[in-house]
Amino acid sequence: MEGQSFAIKGVGESLLIQIDPAVEWTATTGDLAAHLDEQGRFYEGGRIILEVGERPVPKYELTSLKALLERRGLSLWAVLSKSETTRNSTQALDIRTSAGSALAGIVEEQDDEPEASAEDKSGSGGILVRHTIRSGRVVRGEGHVVVYGDINPGAEVIATGDVMVWGHLRGIVHAGANGDEGSVVCALDMAPMQLRIAGLVATSPADNGDAPRPEVALVREGRIQVESW
Amino acid sequence: MAGENGMGGKIVTITSGKGGVGKTTATANIGVALAQLGKRVVLIDADIGLRNLDVVMGLENRIVYNLVDVAEGRCKLRQAMIKHKLLPDLHLIPASQTRDKSAVSQSDMIQVSDWLRPEVDYVLIDSPAGIERGFRNAIAPADEVLIVTNPEVSAVRDADRIIGLLEAAGKGPGKLVLNRIRQDMVSKGEMLSADDVTDILAIKMIGIVPEDQFVVPASNKGVPVVLNEESRAGLAYHNIARRLNGENVPFLPLEEEDGFLRRLTRLFSGGNQLLKQG
Repeated sequence: MEGQSFAIKGVGESLLIQIDPAVEWTATTGDLAAHLDEQGRFYEGGRIILEVGERPVPKYELTSLKALLERRGLSLWAVLSKSETTRNSTQALDIRTSAGSALAGIVEEQDDEPEASAEDKSGSGGILVRHTIRSGRVVRGEGHVVVYGDINPGAEVIATGDVMVWGHLRGIVHAGANGDEGSVVCALDMAPMQLRIAGLVATSPADNGDAPRPEVALVREGRIQVESW
Repeated sequence: MAGENGMGGKIVTITSGKGGVGKTTATANIGVALAQLGKRVVLIDADIGLRNLDVVMGLENRIVYNLVDVAEGRCKLRQAMIKHKLLPDLHLIPASQTRDKSAVSQSDMIQVSDWLRPEVDYVLIDSPAGIERGFRNAIAPADEVLIVTNPEVSAVRDADRIIGLLEAAGKGPGKLVLNRIRQDMVSKGEMLSADDVTDILAIKMIGIVPEDQFVVPASNKGVPVVLNEESRAGLAYHNIARRLNGENVPFLPLEEEDGFLRRLTRLFSGGNQLLKQG
């Protein structure tokens, strides 16, 4: 990912941020902040698992990182550390912690709380969602997202690339979430609650009663336009 | 035996997400109807702190012990089971009115259900509204889940959320009870039709209950409307019980929509239905 001092990847329903223990802390957090700002809203609402390896992180450093994440709409959900100091700091902030990279224990825990984070995340490249996405669910994808089913009202899909819906699109879709205005959204029935491409937003006109037909939404002359597909 | 595992009764949870859509009324009526079919039925009110099922069943004044007493070992399961006045094979385990959802755990619910399973044909669990702990307790032991909704956008939205959570918990997608529909309003386009609702939720419908003036007085009197032979809602609940019991009961004419086939055809040609057929 961006820079050398950290790496971000999707783990189950969370984002894992691994911080290089060798790089100086403020430099790392500075890089991280810059990267997150660059990504715009892509990670917003995400749940972060931080892995800091051997590095002892005092409480004030962890507090400032937590605040940094929260300002960008992210929550620090767990910290993986081999350092006693770091684990104590983490516990003092009432955040889950675990030694080393014992991800399994922490990731499994979320199965008991299905509503804790109703997000499906995936790694790089496009993803295929082979079911209807129901109200309250958020699917994020780096690259393109193909939904083989409906996106129901109250559900959300956010992709850095295109979004293609082989079904009814009735929820919210954000394509080109990193700012790519060349991204498109297409659906067999285009009736989104809200459609976003890069920084532009559009809503559907009131139901005109027409039979559903395939349509594509794209940015033209600085506006989102919908055409038959 | 009705159980899926051949080990006894089937545990059916009735839930909705949104409050006030008729979960408790549905639980009471389906329970009574199953008992009328000769099934041994236990109703459990899982809405700890806001109990209602005892009132609707007309058994409020007979409560001595409740579900929390069973969970905390203060009484035997049998002692908390209140026998119905008319139907000796129908029992109610009431909720506590003085405690809250945290008084019972998922494992308590599973334990109670496991105790009941060999003794009965059906356990119906009346879930509290919401998606929090009470809901999770109620679905934990379920073999099957019925989702009650009304023909209103907000209720359907919540039902959709619930179906998503049920699927995530491996209990989904459940079957739908569409409650309080008014054909006259549907015809005028003022209310969502059964097709509009299934179009969004895309799950199997187990019953469509019409709005019926007999329901509220029946609940107030503690005599579930299914005992009233004149009531159309009562008949609809009776049919739900039979469908739950594995019978293939056609939907009532009043439950059908004018444009059912027309709309289905339109959707089919719309492309998306092709996917669902496959």
